[in-house]
Amino acid sequence: MGALSTYRLRLQRKRWRIRAFRKRRNLTPVSDRTEKIVSSDLIVVSTMRNERVRLPFFLQYYREMGIKHFLIIDNNSTDGTAEYLTAQPDVSLWSTNASYKRARFGMDWVNWILMRYCHGHWTLTVDPDEFFVYPFCDTRPLNALTDWLDASSIRTFSAMLLDMYPKGRIDEFTYESGQNPLDVACWFDAGNYTIQKNQRFGNLWIQGGPRARTFFKDDPQRAPALNKIPLVKWDRRYAYVSSTHHLLPRGLNLVYDEWGGEKASGLLLHTKFLSTFPEKAEEELKRRQHYAGSKEYKAYANGFADNPDLWCTWSERYMNWRQLEILGLMSKGNWA
Amino acid sequence: MSLGVLMLVHTAFDRAEEVARHWAKNGCPVIIHVDHAVPKETYDLFQSNLSDVTTILFCKRHRCEWGTWGLVAATQSAAELMLEQFDQVRHVYLSSGSCLPLRPVSELREYLDERPNVDFIESATTPDVPWTVGGLSEERFTLFFPFSWRERRFWFDKFVHLQRILGIKRRIPRGLVPHMGSQWWCLTRSTLINILKSPNRRSFDRYFKRVWIPDESYFQTLTRLYSTQVESRSLTLSKFDFQGKPHIFYDDHLQLLRRSDCFVARKIWPQANELYSKFLSDGAEAMPRQDPNPGKIDRIFSRALDRRVRGRPGLYMHSRYPNKSWQKGVTAERYFVFQGFSDLFEDFQVWLSQATNAQVHGHLFKPAKAEFADRQTSLNGAISNAPKLRDANPNAFLANLIWNTRGARQCFQFGPSDSQPIAKFIANDANARINVVTGAWAVPLFRSNKDFSLIRAKAARLQKIETEALRHMRAPTAKARIKIWSMAEFIEAPMEPLQAIVDEVGNKQPELMLTSPTMRSLDGFGQFLQKLKNEGMHPYLMGDFPVEAPTKSTAERSKPRKPYLVKK
Repeated sequence: MGALSTYRLRLQRKRWRIRAFRKRRNLTPVSDRTEKIVSSDLIVVSTMRNERVRLPFFLQYYREMGIKHFLIIDNNSTDGTAEYLTAQPDVSLWSTNASYKRARFGMDWVNWILMRYCHGHWTLTVDPDEFFVYPFCDTRPLNALTDWLDASSIRTFSAMLLDMYPKGRIDEFTYESGQNPLDVACWFDAGNYTIQKNQRFGNLWIQGGPRARTFFKDDPQRAPALNKIPLVKWDRRYAYVSSTHHLLPRGLNLVYDEWGGEKASGLLLHTKFLSTFPEKAEEELKRRQHYAGSKEYKAYANGFADNPDLWCTWSERYMNWRQLEILGLMSKGNWA
Repeated sequence: MSLGVLMLVHTAFDRAEEVARHWAKNGCPVIIHVDHAVPKETYDLFQSNLSDVTTILFCKRHRCEWGTWGLVAATQSAAELMLEQFDQVRHVYLSSGSCLPLRPVSELREYLDERPNVDFIESATTPDVPWTVGGLSEERFTLFFPFSWRERRFWFDKFVHLQRILGIKRRIPRGLVPHMGSQWWCLTRSTLINILKSPNRRSFDRYFKRVWIPDESYFQTLTRLYSTQVESRSLTLSKFDFQGKPHIFYDDHLQLLRRSDCFVARKIWPQANELYSKFLSDGAEAMPRQDPNPGKIDRIFSRALDRRVRGRPGLYMHSRYPNKSWQKGVTAERYFVFQGFSDLFEDFQVWLSQATNAQVHGHLFKPAKAEFADRQTSLNGAISNAPKLRDANPNAFLANLIWNTRGARQCFQFGPSDSQPIAKFIANDANARINVVTGAWAVPLFRSNKDFSLIRAKAARLQKIETEALRHMRAPTAKARIKIWSMAEFIEAPMEPLQAIVDEVGNKQPELMLTSPTMRSLDGFGQFLQKLKNEGMHPYLMGDFPVEAPTKSTAERSKPRKPYLVKK
C-alpha cells in the first residue's frame, strides 16, 4: 500500500463524511431523545421502511442484549412504523422522504447519525431483519463483549450475514408481529461460503449461502456480499463505505487473522425470508431504489416464481451460538 | 488478625468496596491504594463510603501506569502502613480491586496458619520461563525504558533496538539475581520488613525504577534474598492471554471457579453480579464444596489461546483467512484424489467405497456438474453441485467440502477432462493424497467408436492438460503425497498399488482385499496408440505398450480380472 493510495483512501473517507454532512438536511427529527444517551451506552443505528410488523421483536431482542438507545431513520414508511417508534422511550427517530438510492442506499444518513451521536460509543448498525449473535450471547450481555474488546484494544467486530429461511415455501408460514422470526426461519447453510480479499480496502468479500445457491447459481459473481462489520467503537472520523460491509480508515476492516489464528467474531442472523418477503420484494422492485439496479430483487422475483423453497437436504437447523461456533461460522477467538 | 490484605484499586469502586468489606468482616485488615489518576471526588466518595469500617485504611496515592514503578511504590506504601498499623498481621496478601475471594477467608487463614513461615510468591529466574510480553525477559533488567510501551510503542521498540546495537547494559546491583513472576503474592511479615527496611533499599529502588514492569520482579527478586521458605506459586488464580492481559471471569464461569483450588481469582468482570453475590455472601461457607479441578480452568484458557493463535486448520471464515502458503495444509483433513482409475476400471468408485469406509465421489470438477457421492445434488454444508458456483472459486469449494465432511474420509476422481484450476491447489496441499495413472484417459477414447480425427484431437488436448497437471505435482512446491504410475507400469501389476490404496484410505476390516475392481478390456490398445502415433499425435503418458497383439500372458492379465489375492 503506497503513500498515494493511502492518500486516495483518505480523500475518499473525507468525501463520504462531507456527503453525510450535506445529506443531514434530508433528515427531519420526529422524536429526538438523544440527550438521554450517557457515555457508556450501547447504541443501535438502523434505517428502515415499512417494518412495523418486525419492530416489537427487534426492539425486544436488542434491549435484552443491553442496547440502551436506538437511533432510527424512517424512510417514508406508510404502515405505522413512525408512530410505533415515536412511542418508544429509548428510540430517537428521524424521517425522510428523500431518495434512498441517492443517499447511497441510506449510508449517507447512517454516517451522519453515527458522526453526530455515536462518537465514543460502541455502535451496532443493523437492519430490522438482522439479529446479532456473538460468543456467549446466551450468558453475557453485549457490554461484556465490548468491555473485553476495549481491554484488547479492538475497535471493530465482524459478523457475517447468515441467511435464515424456513423449510418449505416462504409464504407457507405467516409471521405474526412480536413473534421470534427465528422460530419460523430457523434453517441456514452451514458451509458454502467463499471468500476473496479486497486488496484496496483490506476487507474480505464473502459470498454464498442460500441466495447464491438458488438465485445466483448461474452468475455467482453477482451474488450479494455477506461480510459485515456492524459493531464498531465509533469515532467521528470513521465512515462506512458500502453498507456495513467495510469502512474507512481501512485498518478497521482487519477483523480477521492472517496467520492462521481466529479472531473473535459473531454473526448477523438475517431473517429476510419470511412470509412478508415476496410482497416486499415486489414493492422494492417497483421502487427501484436498491443496489445495482435492484438486480438482486429481480433475481428474487424470478426465483420465487418457479421454486420458492430455499431448504435443501443439507440445511442446518439453528440451535444456538455454540453450534455456529463448532460449524466454523463464527469464533470465540481468545475470549473464554 | 493474622492475615492482612492490600488492595490496589483504580476502577469499579463499588465492587472494590464490596470485596474490602468482605475481607474486613472476616477479620482481615485492609489497606487500599487508589491510583492517583482517579479524580479527587471519586476518591473522596469511595473513602467516605468505607469510613465506617475501622480496619480499612487508605494509603498514600501514587500514579500507577501499567508496567511502571508506580505499582511497586503503591504496594510499598500500602505494605508499610499495614505493618505499622496492625501488629498482629503475620501474612500480607496483595490483591487488586478486581480480585474475588473464591474460598471462605477462614480457610485461607487456616491454610496460612499451618504454614506460618512460608512466602507464597511466584518467582522464577528469567531464562527459565516463557512468559514474556514484547520478547523481553533478561533485557527487562539490563536496558533502559524511557518510553511507555502502551502509548509510545514505536519509540519503545526503536529505543530497545538501539540499545541492543550499542550493547548497552545496566549493571545489576551486587547480590541480586533477577526473578520474575505473578505480581499477586502473599508474604510473611518478616520477609516484608526485611525488604522494606533493608539498608540497601534506596539502591535497590533506584535500580528497579528503571526496570521494565518492576511489579513483576521487585518483590519476586528481593524475596529470594530474605525469605527463609519460598513457595513459588501464587495463591491468586490469574490467567493471561497471548497479549499478556489477564483473562476475565464472567457469571458463566461460576462452576469453574468453584472447582478451582485457588483462594482468590482475578480478574472478575465488574458486572458479574452472580459471581460477586455467590462468593461474597455469608452463605459462601455453606456452599457445597466440590472437588477441586484446577486443570479444567487451565484447559479452557489454553484452548482459547490456541484458537486465537493457531485456529482450526482448513477453516476459512470471516475472522480467519490465512495468507496463502502460510499454512502447511490448506484444508482440514486428509483426502484422496484418483486420476485415471475410473477410466481404467469399470467399477472403481463402487469398489472403492465397498472396500473402504470412505465417501467416494465421482469427478467433483466435471465441467457439467460436481458429481457428489450417491448422486446427491448437494453435500454437507449445503454445497451445491452447480458448476458455475464451484468454478467461481474452486479452491474454496474444495476447502469447504473437506471442512464440512471432517471426520469422514473423502475420495474423488480427477482427470484431464475436468475443470483444471484446482490442480495446483491440490498438488500444493499437504493433506492431499494423489494417485495418478498417467495416460488412462486414453482408454475411454480407445473404447469409443467416434470419428478417429475427433479422437486424435481430443487425445492431444487431454495429453497436454495432463502433462500440465503432472508438472504441478512434480514441482518442488508440491506438498501433497503423490504417486504416479504410467499406465503400462500400472497394469503390469495392479494389485499391489490397489492394496496400498485400500490400506491408506482405510479398510473396514484390517484385512486383505477380498475383491478387486474390474479392469476394462485393453485388447488392441497397443494398436490404438500406434494409430494415434501414425496420425502424428505421440501419446507418451501411458508408457510403452507393445503394438502387436498381446502375448498370451499379458492377454490373460488384461481379461476381466478375477480377484487375485495374496494368501498368507
